[in-house]
Amino acid sequence: MTGRDCSEALQAQVREAIADRQPLCIRGGGTKDFLGRTPQGLPLALDQHAGIVNYEPTELVVTVRAGTRLGELEQALSERGQMLAFEPPSFGPAATIGGTIACNLSGPARPYAGAARDAVLGVKLLNGKGEILRFGGEVMKNVAGYDVSRLMVGAMGTLGVLLEVSIKVLPRPEHEITLTQPGLPAAAALERLHALARQPIPITAAAYCDDELRLRLGGTESGLAAARAVIAGEPMDAGEAAAFWLGLKNHQLPFFADQRPLWRLSVPVNLAPIPLAGEWLYDWGGAQRWIHSDAAPERLFEIAGQAGGHGTAFRNAADPDQVFQPLAPGIARLHRRLKQAFDPHGLLNPGRMYADL
Amino acid sequence: MTHSHDALDPPELTPTAKAELLAALARILPKEALLHETEDLRPYECDGLSAYRRLPLAVALPERVDQVQAILRLCHERRVPVVARGAGTGLSGGALPVSQGVLLSLAKLNQILEIDPERRIARVQPGVRNLAISQAVDHLGLYYAPDPSSQIACTIGGNVAENSGGVHCLKYGLTVHNIQRLELVTIDGELLTIGTEALDAPGYDLLALMTGSEGMLGVIVEITVKLTPKPERAQVILAAFDDVVTAGAAVGAIIAHGIIPAGLEMMDKLAIQAAEDFVHAGYPREAAAILLCELDGANAEVTEQILVVRRILTECGATEARTARDDAERLRFWAGRKNAFPAVGRISPDYYCMDGTIPRKRLPDVLKGIDDLSRAYGLPVANVFHAGDGNLHPLILYDANRPGELERTEELGGKILELCVEVGGTITGEHGVGMEKIDQMCVQFRAPELSQFHAVKAAFDPDGLLNPGKAVPTLHRCAELGAMHVHHGKLPFPELERF
Repeated sequence: MTGRDCSEALQAQVREAIADRQPLCIRGGGTKDFLGRTPQGLPLALDQHAGIVNYEPTELVVTVRAGTRLGELEQALSERGQMLAFEPPSFGPAATIGGTIACNLSGPARPYAGAARDAVLGVKLLNGKGEILRFGGEVMKNVAGYDVSRLMVGAMGTLGVLLEVSIKVLPRPEHEITLTQPGLPAAAALERLHALARQPIPITAAAYCDDELRLRLGGTESGLAAARAVIAGEPMDAGEAAAFWLGLKNHQLPFFADQRPLWRLSVPVNLAPIPLAGEWLYDWGGAQRWIHSDAAPERLFEIAGQAGGHGTAFRNAADPDQVFQPLAPGIARLHRRLKQAFDPHGLLNPGRMYADL
Repeated sequence: MTHSHDALDPPELTPTAKAELLAALARILPKEALLHETEDLRPYECDGLSAYRRLPLAVALPERVDQVQAILRLCHERRVPVVARGAGTGLSGGALPVSQGVLLSLAKLNQILEIDPERRIARVQPGVRNLAISQAVDHLGLYYAPDPSSQIACTIGGNVAENSGGVHCLKYGLTVHNIQRLELVTIDGELLTIGTEALDAPGYDLLALMTGSEGMLGVIVEITVKLTPKPERAQVILAAFDDVVTAGAAVGAIIAHGIIPAGLEMMDKLAIQAAEDFVHAGYPREAAAILLCELDGANAEVTEQILVVRRILTECGATEARTARDDAERLRFWAGRKNAFPAVGRISPDYYCMDGTIPRKRLPDVLKGIDDLSRAYGLPVANVFHAGDGNLHPLILYDANRPGELERTEELGGKILELCVEVGGTITGEHGVGMEKIDQMCVQFRAPELSQFHAVKAAFDPDGLLNPGKAVPTLHRCAELGAMHVHHGKLPFPELERF
């Protein structure tokens, strides 16, 4: 494991930026430059601030510096039979855990094992006043003070520079199997998913594309045998199945090759197929839906909002200013006040998430 | 106990100002929903931490969200403090009234508004009891997973305010993991929706920030909770050990083996004997420690895991490992654990309950430290431990009628919490800071962190009107130590199981 503690150097850089009122662009591996609004400001490089600080397999927790590569972390966990339960996507080998947490990126396991935000137990961060602060910790239950740790997850660095993150980890399932059901229309696939979701079946991922429903199950051998007895579907070859879920997680399936704007719609799980023309890919048992569309951003935001969810121009946004679902006025006001509370000079990743944050 | 906190005892209102406030509240609420005579206020003077008592100026019992908005708007305009309250079962004094403030009871907002089995959610008002949700969806094969031991009485609104846990946290998470959306009224009366009907929301994770914020940031008036399919089968193993360190090692071994039990609890000798004398759970009285390990899932899977766990326990030196023969025995095993607090209440005139969380591997050091402290202070300590997630509940046995013993107990309690922080843990795992642990917050956090908390508070409530004086201490106010003071075993809700 390479890397060292650069906290003090990073703090000095932030303090200097405060003195100069110089906006900073927080940067790990740079694999997610495409995500969010256009990065701006002087780069603040986190990639050297790396390394696992503490890993206790029997405590189910790992504390890691933000610049640690996701791949290195996952390798270290895998060696002890454990994993990040939220199955984070990686959009390149340089992807870091800091960027993953800052973007709250979670993979196919998310509806069943929780999101990145659910796994975060504590953080060490640099706020916009140049202070190094610690919140939460390495224990599962901790209600001392506001949950600032989880507030940082998905804030895209606009509230603080993540220095260290403590994350709950879980054992890898003993066995996995993927069942497929081809030739299924979308509505029928969704109906099947809802019926299954109400039963105690160890589903760990559920996706639908190319008229094919794929269900991944995880658990003990006997548990999977019992589940198979009640679930229809043909088992997939293990190698092919692994390649499919990896391709889905990391956006490497042929579906993602399209260069038109890629929209992510996070919607209620039982929402009927959305009548917007184009090829849809469903992940998260139907709660996360992807489409390449040239439709106006306003239209996508409206569709997602009316359904009770929200939309994101995830990649190749047509309008770089319209990436995230606009916030309700009262919620937007709270966002501005929180930004002010953590980053009073507005120097950390300004405008990366919303124009006024 | 006398703890002076200016925020809780602001200067008295003039009789005119008081009369005007009551008149304005009377225009919002029907007569029976506004209490202001001393005898009517009395039931609201404390929550589950009865050592702290204060009479509010008035108690408001709104039945509708627009009434909550109007009350908050009024209090905001008049700069009157507001303390929200659910069932009042909290153990940290979070719902302790402010003497010149309004106590806002959400007990009448008690409707289950919607149950959607397809989305596996229920939309409920804050005054709905935790257990009532699971009961309402039982016929659908679903339940609401977090199960604080007061679940028969505590409300979901209070659960969100405290981020309540229970015995199944390691596998099923806390309140924060099991809610999806909130309706919130801000101090200026604005109704906001936090979260969406999907699995996430745009912008900052305000849902996480609100959860566990102890009524300091807003008043929750509706909660969308996630429902979980009931497992096909649950089974429990009782294992006995002749020392606590061996028992602690067994916990680590189970988890190292890749098994996440639904519940994993430990009790030490004093707690075992008290519980056995009280409920006759069938615990081995001579054991130095017992572990209760619950496994749930598909029938075949549970059978398989039971065998594995039994083997691990034996290899780790358990003197005995018993699988419950039937559901009745399983419930009896749990009854001993769930009644551990009242059981200890029977063997000592008073006890004082702590709520630290520690990294599990430090358990031997912490138990040794507690034992040393216990001897030094001449006060026995019984230990009850959510071993799976590291949440420790030491119960200090004392007698408040002996001069100076309460003060010694409080000092010992403070030392135990400091020990928890020292080994990398926290002062509160699930009971909240409230009034009780406000001084230990200074041990856990440094000034810049506390200042950051105050800045977060100011973003929501710049005038500091919501639950003032709780949860986060002012920087120059880190002196006194509170306590859960139970006199002669009498809890405010003696019929409730406690963890």
